[in-house]
Amino acid sequence: MKALPRDKKWAFTPVAKVGDVVVAGDTLGTVPEGVFTHRIMVPFRLLGKWTVESVAAAGEHVVEDVVAKLKNDKGETQDVTMVQTWPVKMPIKAFEERLRPSKPLTMQQRIIDTFFPVMQGGTFCTPGPFGAGKTVLQQLMSRYADVDIVILAACGERAGEVVETLREFPELIDPRTGKSLMERTLIICNTSSMPVAAREASVYTGVTLAEYYRQMGLNVLLLADSTSRWAQALREMSGRLEEIPGEEAFPAYLESVIAAFYERGGVVRLKDGSTGSVTICGSVSPAGGNFEEPVTQATLKVVGAFLGLSRERSDQRRFPAIHPLDSWSKYEGIIDSKKVAEARHILANGVDVNNMMKVVGEEGTSIDDFVIYLKSEYLDAVYLQQDAYNEIDAACSAERQKYVFDKVYTILKTPMKFSEKDVARTFFLKLTQSTKDWNRVKFDSQEFKDLEQSIFASVKEVSANA
Amino acid sequence: MHNVAYHRIERIAGSVITLRAEGVANQELAQVTSSFGTSLARVIRIDGDMVDLQVFAGARGISTDSEVRFLGEPMKVPYSEALLGRVFNGAGKPRDNGPEVDGERITIGGPSVNPAKRIIPKTMVRTGIPMIDVFNTLVVSQKLPIFSIAGEPYNELLARIALQAEVDVIILGGMGLKHDDYLYLKDFLEKNGALSRTVMFMHTASDPIVECLLVPDASLAVAEKFATEGKNVLVLLTDMTNFADAMKEIAITMEQIPSNRGYPGDLYSQLASRYEKAVDFEGSGSITILAVTTMPGDDVTHPVPDNTGYITEGQFYLRKGRIEPFGSLSRLKQQVNGKTRSDHRTIMNTMIQLYASYKETLEKQSMGFNMSNWDQKLLKYGQRFESEMMDLSVNIPLEKALDLGWEILADCFAPEETGIPTKMINEYWPKKG
Ligand SMILES: Nc1ncnc2c1ncn2[C@@H]1O[C@H](COP(=O)(O)OP(=O)(O)O)[C@@H](O)[C@H]1O
Repeated sequence: MKALPRDKKWAFTPVAKVGDVVVAGDTLGTVPEGVFTHRIMVPFRLLGKWTVESVAAAGEHVVEDVVAKLKNDKGETQDVTMVQTWPVKMPIKAFEERLRPSKPLTMQQRIIDTFFPVMQGGTFCTPGPFGAGKTVLQQLMSRYADVDIVILAACGERAGEVVETLREFPELIDPRTGKSLMERTLIICNTSSMPVAAREASVYTGVTLAEYYRQMGLNVLLLADSTSRWAQALREMSGRLEEIPGEEAFPAYLESVIAAFYERGGVVRLKDGSTGSVTICGSVSPAGGNFEEPVTQATLKVVGAFLGLSRERSDQRRFPAIHPLDSWSKYEGIIDSKKVAEARHILANGVDVNNMMKVVGEEGTSIDDFVIYLKSEYLDAVYLQQDAYNEIDAACSAERQKYVFDKVYTILKTPMKFSEKDVARTFFLKLTQSTKDWNRVKFDSQEFKDLEQSIFASVKEVSANA
Repeated sequence: MHNVAYHRIERIAGSVITLRAEGVANQELAQVTSSFGTSLARVIRIDGDMVDLQVFAGARGISTDSEVRFLGEPMKVPYSEALLGRVFNGAGKPRDNGPEVDGERITIGGPSVNPAKRIIPKTMVRTGIPMIDVFNTLVVSQKLPIFSIAGEPYNELLARIALQAEVDVIILGGMGLKHDDYLYLKDFLEKNGALSRTVMFMHTASDPIVECLLVPDASLAVAEKFATEGKNVLVLLTDMTNFADAMKEIAITMEQIPSNRGYPGDLYSQLASRYEKAVDFEGSGSITILAVTTMPGDDVTHPVPDNTGYITEGQFYLRKGRIEPFGSLSRLKQQVNGKTRSDHRTIMNTMIQLYASYKETLEKQSMGFNMSNWDQKLLKYGQRFESEMMDLSVNIPLEKALDLGWEILADCFAPEETGIPTKMINEYWPKKG
């Protein structure tokens, strides 16, 4: 890939006027770039107040042209071009204040948006053993996340996967803008065979770029894949410096480095009153999928949501393999949290009944318990699981989630009567089948309505209230 | 300096010798002459004017006044079409009593191709093994390990893949092989007429350990050359754990600080630089890598399989003589299985989900519980699945395997019990009668 061509002309529109007093991060002018407006800002490293001496007129410029001249009260002058340089390990702080995350960031994935929601400006992690679905999940998030910009910091990942992203994205259409997904996606790529220092720096480059775009009032999602590779790069470097190693030969300062990294996420109010956010998702690849290791543990201390991927679920092909009982989120989602808690309760009960059945057998289980188990399996199959490779099921809008959750919730809450367990099982197998079919048709289409009707007709037949 | 002979070796440890020399490059070759004869050596570390050399034949017989002569070039192996059908050692010398091969001399261990020059893999490699073709399709340019414990028939599996895979050239790299295994592989390919499209680089357990380290690099350098000439190459390596252990041994003699269970801290990078050679060149050939990685103590979290799993595009687990459906994974399968036949993904997912349920039923059965109607169906299904799909001796093309899948499902279940989308059922469910 080529670097940004230095001879390309960009259409600059001035915003600041001669005589304006500005500080670091204030907008001097704008340039359209792909799907959003790029702000040309006062360099973040400048301290104190500066007066605009001159600013370029509207017109075409290359990135290294001087577009403004600034002067401070000590008489120092400063030329501003469209290029900002910033040491990647320092957070950019040219904003007014940090706010608490308050808006949900939807991913169009039911298990995330409904059960373990994420917010704009929040932080979360997706640890899991290899093969449990981290990469597919990241691709889904970069495709469907409700943000302006997605930054993919691939740190020591497979070259093949990077190719896939590089080649496939330009062809995919962003459902929000109708333009190529590539226009909102930035990829920082350091594959496994690149030097360790490059791998160590890549997540910082990612978060710095994210902060830079946040300064323009944009919502940014940073996907760091994988922070374990990054921590290993830290370990390799620390080993070479012959520092005293901590747990599992990681440097002793690992925890504070991880905390400082996630702290760079957040919602901020900028000096012009607009807001921007950086949401950070770190994927973690712990050895053997065992979460009791330094990187996962240090990450869990600082993030707001934990989407733990499980080998058990991926073995059963229950995708996305986010564990519905072990995962948690401290954020507010799009669906009434009381109902969600009830749904989780059904899942937990179902697991209990299943465990009990392993001890006393199906014959030793009451039919009521058995129905609880079947209901939890139903919820799992039709709502938690989502097929990334089905054109329609891959993305489930917030609106559709609200609608479908309500219906599924109603079914779960319906008391049901069956003459025997085999009848109950057959009923739920059929119900699962038709509800999955329902997930695979367009929302609000005639087919959608027809299927809904037949689903509820069949539920009515077994309802104990009928 | 080249062609200067050095006669003062400062240190000898294991197969690593250290001396003071100038103008030497990393990876450069040298010739070491001792009372035991002459051996090649390779520069593996330079610190100021202190140079560490790995002596291929081991340091036995070397004394502090042995002669060291630098050759001014890195390790090279000859390349030409005449390699096909031949067997070499890690240093590229014939070990089949045949003549030396003339040809272009190519450097081994060079950098891998920049991702932007690669293309998205999109062609399947047919193997005739349903557990691969149907459930975890192998894709051109993929890198996959075969995780296995010591007693499993992994070399037999590699040999079958070598025989059945639809590729142009096979490069078989053996590391730390038992001599019997080496002979088995060679005889099997010869007997079945596959030797003529195969090049072997073989290191057996009794050969000098440093030659083990050269096997993957030599194999991949030759593979790269064939691939740039438009050939689709399949590289089969066995066993990467021996390769990692050889690295460990050398790292320990060099007194590097080990990171995890004695392995060098850069184990991940070392393995990655080998695996990253898998590639599909735009408008030319390709390299696909399958590498046996034995898991000491059946432990996936052992550093070698663990680091490997994060580098490769999936893994096959070999257990009880079968490719395990759980845990085994080809990450690239969705690049191809959407275009083979429209029921491919459905069969793939449904059969595994039902097999998972069968396993649960087996558990219940072993506890002595009554088997419900549903359990009976699952038992029948599981047994057919194991004997007709999972068994490694099954050799049928993908389409036949998919048809067989439908037949087994229809024999054991009613359509709505399978969770298959109604559309698919209407199209593919075998009609009774
Ligand atoms: N949401 C999903 N829907 C369907 N299949 C999935 C999903 N997530 C993962 N998979 C399957 O699991 C495999 C492994 O996922 P991947 O993301 O590559 O794992 P890793 O955690 O190692 O990055 C994929 O190749 C795909 O077959």
